[in-house]
Amino acid sequence: MAQDGARRGLAGVDAAARRLGLHPGMSAAHAGALVPGLHLVPADEAADAAALARLGLWCQRYAPIVALDPPDGLMIDITGAAHLHGGEAPLLADLSARLERSGILARLAIADAPGCAWGVARFGEGGIVPRGGAGQATTGLPVAALRLGFEAVRALQDVGITRVGHLLDKPRASLRLRFGAELLFRLDRALGREPEPLTALAAPETPRVALRFAEPVGARESLERIVADLCARLVPDLERRGLGARRLDLVFARVDRLDQAIRIGTAGPSRDAAHLARLLGERLPLVDPGFGIEEAVLSASRVEPLAERQDTHLAAGPQAPDLAALVDTLLVRLGAARVYRLAPVESDLPERAVRRVPALAAPLGAVWPTDLPRPARLLAPPEPVTAMAEIPDAPPLFFVWRNTRHLIARADGPERILGEWWVADAEADLTRDYYRVETEAGERFWLFRDGPMQANGRWWLHGLGEA
Amino acid sequence: MPPPRSSDAPTLAELRRLTDRAGGGREAPDPRALPFGVSGLDAALPGGGLALGALHQIHESGPRGRYAAAAVLFAGGILARLDGPVLWCLHSRDLFAPALARVGLHPDRVVYCETWRDAEVLPAMEEGLRHRGLAGVVGELTRMALTPSRRLQLAAEGSGVTALVVHRLCAGEAAEPEPSAARTRWRVAPAPSEGTNRRMGRPRWRLDLQRCRGGAPGAWIVEACDAQGRLAVPAVLADRPAAPERVQRRAAG
Repeated sequence: MAQDGARRGLAGVDAAARRLGLHPGMSAAHAGALVPGLHLVPADEAADAAALARLGLWCQRYAPIVALDPPDGLMIDITGAAHLHGGEAPLLADLSARLERSGILARLAIADAPGCAWGVARFGEGGIVPRGGAGQATTGLPVAALRLGFEAVRALQDVGITRVGHLLDKPRASLRLRFGAELLFRLDRALGREPEPLTALAAPETPRVALRFAEPVGARESLERIVADLCARLVPDLERRGLGARRLDLVFARVDRLDQAIRIGTAGPSRDAAHLARLLGERLPLVDPGFGIEEAVLSASRVEPLAERQDTHLAAGPQAPDLAALVDTLLVRLGAARVYRLAPVESDLPERAVRRVPALAAPLGAVWPTDLPRPARLLAPPEPVTAMAEIPDAPPLFFVWRNTRHLIARADGPERILGEWWVADAEADLTRDYYRVETEAGERFWLFRDGPMQANGRWWLHGLGEA
Repeated sequence: MPPPRSSDAPTLAELRRLTDRAGGGREAPDPRALPFGVSGLDAALPGGGLALGALHQIHESGPRGRYAAAAVLFAGGILARLDGPVLWCLHSRDLFAPALARVGLHPDRVVYCETWRDAEVLPAMEEGLRHRGLAGVVGELTRMALTPSRRLQLAAEGSGVTALVVHRLCAGEAAEPEPSAARTRWRVAPAPSEGTNRRMGRPRWRLDLQRCRGGAPGAWIVEACDAQGRLAVPAVLADRPAAPERVQRRAAG
């Protein structure tokens, strides 16, 4: 409930009140008449704003640029960040699920332009507007979805223009004459014709440094120098607080206010200026300086405590090499899922014997059983071959793989591997008899038969080479 | 006017050093070399072993050359006998890590990166070669031109990290190798093992040292890497002197 002059109106309603037919903007007297015993709470705008800012900072987990849209909106610039969450749809689903779990009613939309997303989230169904679909998505929305003032909406409605679609086919000149430039400006922003800068929110405690330039810069070399400079300035700040950066956001403010942001993550906390600059440098080619950049802001949006490390010159043996720098560079260049170590899994099935662990995880010490010969290359999935064995449970005499016939000179086996019924029911009767075979030329293969010969067991090639 | 001699001499020395580095001049044998423990093999290599801090190419011949299964194990065996972490740049998903562990390369030592294309493998290898303290960097490549090989060789020399390139031949690729700046070029091929009664013996390889700067090319039949990554001379060949047999054959023919 908010006080607006002498009139007391509803500022916001919860889900139950909405079901009873109440909506924001209704006068308190009207609402009280509709719902006897209505519980009204005075609006606390300051607390609302603070909560919105907190939510905005939390939303930085999705992308570096998050802007507040008071009183009740947030804009997230997910350009170049959606793939980190598996794409736009998974990002939206994740955000929606998390907000719902924390009891926040929200409608979400993703669109090419902030204006379009604003309208679709508030007046449409929400969801993802396909690329270039801003016009189609806004056609059916009421004109208020253009973020127009109350007066402007009323003026449009007076002449029968209630939907955005009505405006699209009107001549722009007469619209400007009649309703002013503001209408066209809002329309263009909603359709993505007019750029809309977002002012990124920053947490007060986030270590950040900024550089402003007298002249707009754009050359690649200048950007590299700026990055090195920013990192060198950020590191003393991190040092003072005993922190190391896990994630850095670098926002370039362009002259035309279309900010460019890059984000890098590190595998472990770091405050090595040269290393951080190199990681950011890997991403620099993604930055489009446009007509020039007038400000660069570097913030460590995720930090972890990092104790001082004292270099000792008395250490006896050679120091363990610092893999973190290498791993970070590869992570930034290739993506988080593509750099890893492999560790053993206690499973007899070769497909399941290996799992990935983070590249910098502590050494596990575990090794696969050393008494079982295994192929150097594993075919996934195994490829069917035609093979011929003399007697059951004997290694084959020859096999045909990809139209090539391989005569077997020497063989060992079988090594029987049973399915893991505790993993999947279908594996209860999985039986594989593995044979290691060698051709006359010395080539080694790893074959298996997926059942007894009497039960029409088929032959498969699972691996090549042998160790 | 005579040229200023005092400033001339260091410049020349500098230039010589640069041309040596680029592979133009004769090189002193690298004291850092890893012996294979196979006498004939080590004798053919300058420094008595595989030069560390250099680029080596490993091919696998035969119709299954694109899997390079023996070449991978040969590379794994070399790295198993060195200390420190290893960066392994993958070309496809078919490498089976337990096999590397069986030639002595502990899984805790290997960091894999999925670089599916040659264009990604080369920069990743170079990145790894810049980090001192790595035992080695392995890259699985389909082909390598002269310039990238030079870059890798220089990076390996600079840091002392050994670079191994495992070639995965495409079907129908020309047998004639491209020129490269690699220190050695190996060809590994499976060879029949000494089995009794249709059972398999220890795997054997035919190792061809096709090119070796400062060394002699040659070919050897060796027993494949054991659990410590060591090669061995086949017992039969070791016991039998090679020379008399050659004489006999000549007498028969």
